[in-house]
Amino acid sequence: MVDYEPVIGFEIHAELATASKVFCGCGTEPGAPPNTHTCPVCLGLPGALPVLNVAALEYALKVVLACHCDVPSPAIFERKNYYYPDLPKNYQISQKRAPFGVNGWFEFEVNGAMKRVRILDIHLEEDAGKLVHPQERGAAGVSLVDYNRAGVPLLEIVSGPDIHSVEEAEAYMIAMRRLLRYLGVSEARMELGQIRFEANISVRPVGSATLGTRVEIKNLNSYRTVIRGIEYEVARQTALHRNGERVAQETRLFDDARGITLAMRDKEEAHDYRYFPDPDLVPMRFTPEYLERLRAGLPELPAARRARFISAYGLPAYDAALLTDEKAIADFVDAAVALSAPPKSVSNWTMGELLRLLNERGLSPDALPITPAHLAALITLVESGAINQNQAKQVFAEMFETGKEPALIVKEQGFAQISDAGALEAIVNEVVAANPDPAARYAAGEDKPLGFLVGQVMKRSGGKANAPVVNAMLREKLRGG
Amino acid sequence: MRLSRDEIAHVALLSRLKLTEEEMAQFTGQLNAILDHFAALTEADTGDIDATTHVVPMTNVMRADVQRPSFAPDDALANAPERAGDQFKVPRVVE
Ligand SMILES: [Zn+2]
Repeated sequence: MVDYEPVIGFEIHAELATASKVFCGCGTEPGAPPNTHTCPVCLGLPGALPVLNVAALEYALKVVLACHCDVPSPAIFERKNYYYPDLPKNYQISQKRAPFGVNGWFEFEVNGAMKRVRILDIHLEEDAGKLVHPQERGAAGVSLVDYNRAGVPLLEIVSGPDIHSVEEAEAYMIAMRRLLRYLGVSEARMELGQIRFEANISVRPVGSATLGTRVEIKNLNSYRTVIRGIEYEVARQTALHRNGERVAQETRLFDDARGITLAMRDKEEAHDYRYFPDPDLVPMRFTPEYLERLRAGLPELPAARRARFISAYGLPAYDAALLTDEKAIADFVDAAVALSAPPKSVSNWTMGELLRLLNERGLSPDALPITPAHLAALITLVESGAINQNQAKQVFAEMFETGKEPALIVKEQGFAQISDAGALEAIVNEVVAANPDPAARYAAGEDKPLGFLVGQVMKRSGGKANAPVVNAMLREKLRGG
Repeated sequence: MRLSRDEIAHVALLSRLKLTEEEMAQFTGQLNAILDHFAALTEADTGDIDATTHVVPMTNVMRADVQRPSFAPDDALANAPERAGDQFKVPRVVE
């Protein structure tokens, strides 16, 4: 039996994180009351003139340059014409024949190897309004429209059909979302619809170079639904091929509840968008110097940063990947190391405590409750022997909750570690006297009871004893050094 | 270029216009007259001219990323055929 492989391309839509909309001054904050962010431009009232937001342009170009695209000159805006109530003008301002970026590529890691995908086209357009279809009685045949989102800048990134497995598909989505967040051009929060995925899928016999009829899947609102949608669609198309049936070129919606894709009931005419240059928006030309300045201003991108965390900080590849997943966390690590904290300690605290607590509380790394200075100070307290590791964990938790300085927490909670042999001697003597058997076995050369004895000293000291000092004292006392 | 009756029907559908057969015939004639008029342009020699997308000699018109006041919902909805609360109420297009 012939084996089939999937051929997948992605269209990723990301809302750009500008303060105002792409062609007017309305705000872009999600969650505002309905129709409070509208004006003559984004409602398409007669006579209103759109003017391009310079930040939306720069954000778009940053992605274009990070994806190694050529920039057509001039780039132009066009009208994509279709009638749907989420579109007040009956056309969407978009780009078709000369978008901001073409012919680029994007590389990301899949199972330890680099995978390169062509980026065919990156274009800037305006988002549409939001339609809701009320389900209650008496609301049949009615939709409600909120135009707050209409005109929010939307970047569409179109990949080549270069992805051949669900692993590659997932890695691509994650890496592209990470790139957008690193560039600071989109928050790309999936739950807010700030990043949306559409996959074009076909299958072909393994080894064949031809492309099969492709099907576009929409309504994919999480990595998981994309993966399930692709798996279902690949199985469906493979079965059609094996039965000698045709795959229809169509758009299908993923039904999350049933885990299947269904053909959308739309007429072919609906795809006749009749693009033409928008006479309201003049062409855009960029000098090489301007593009070079933008390129030079790009931040260190995820792959480079991960490599640096391995080479400069001596971190294992796994740790480096985890710490550079979110730019805010990687920035935190860099800043703590810049304050002279040892990279390995910074890495351990960040992975073990910071990420764990953020995760537990469902907090975003964009608003960290502690600063790199907090962590650097805490590490100094541990290294100087002022507090022990267990106390430090408690200080970290308190610092995470309250944002207080670690030294203050140590003072308030009476956490100071007892390292002074004179102060510990009485406790050590008590413990040895109270536990003659373990003490005798340790004295006779058995190592195991030592841990128990140290534990007893820790307990009697209220957790404040300096463990290495106690270790040395017990050895000295029972084994004569 | 001549538009057929079917092409007129297609354009009408795209524009969500419901036309009678008489209107269809009428507009086919009118639109063809307009196209004939513009066909004069095809006689100009444009061999060494790049495709023109805009006739205004301007590029790179932009505005700063600054918020400006938006409409109050009542103003935004002033022309709405129907409203439900502060939302536009429209016929449902999909199920
Ligand atoms: Zn507006």
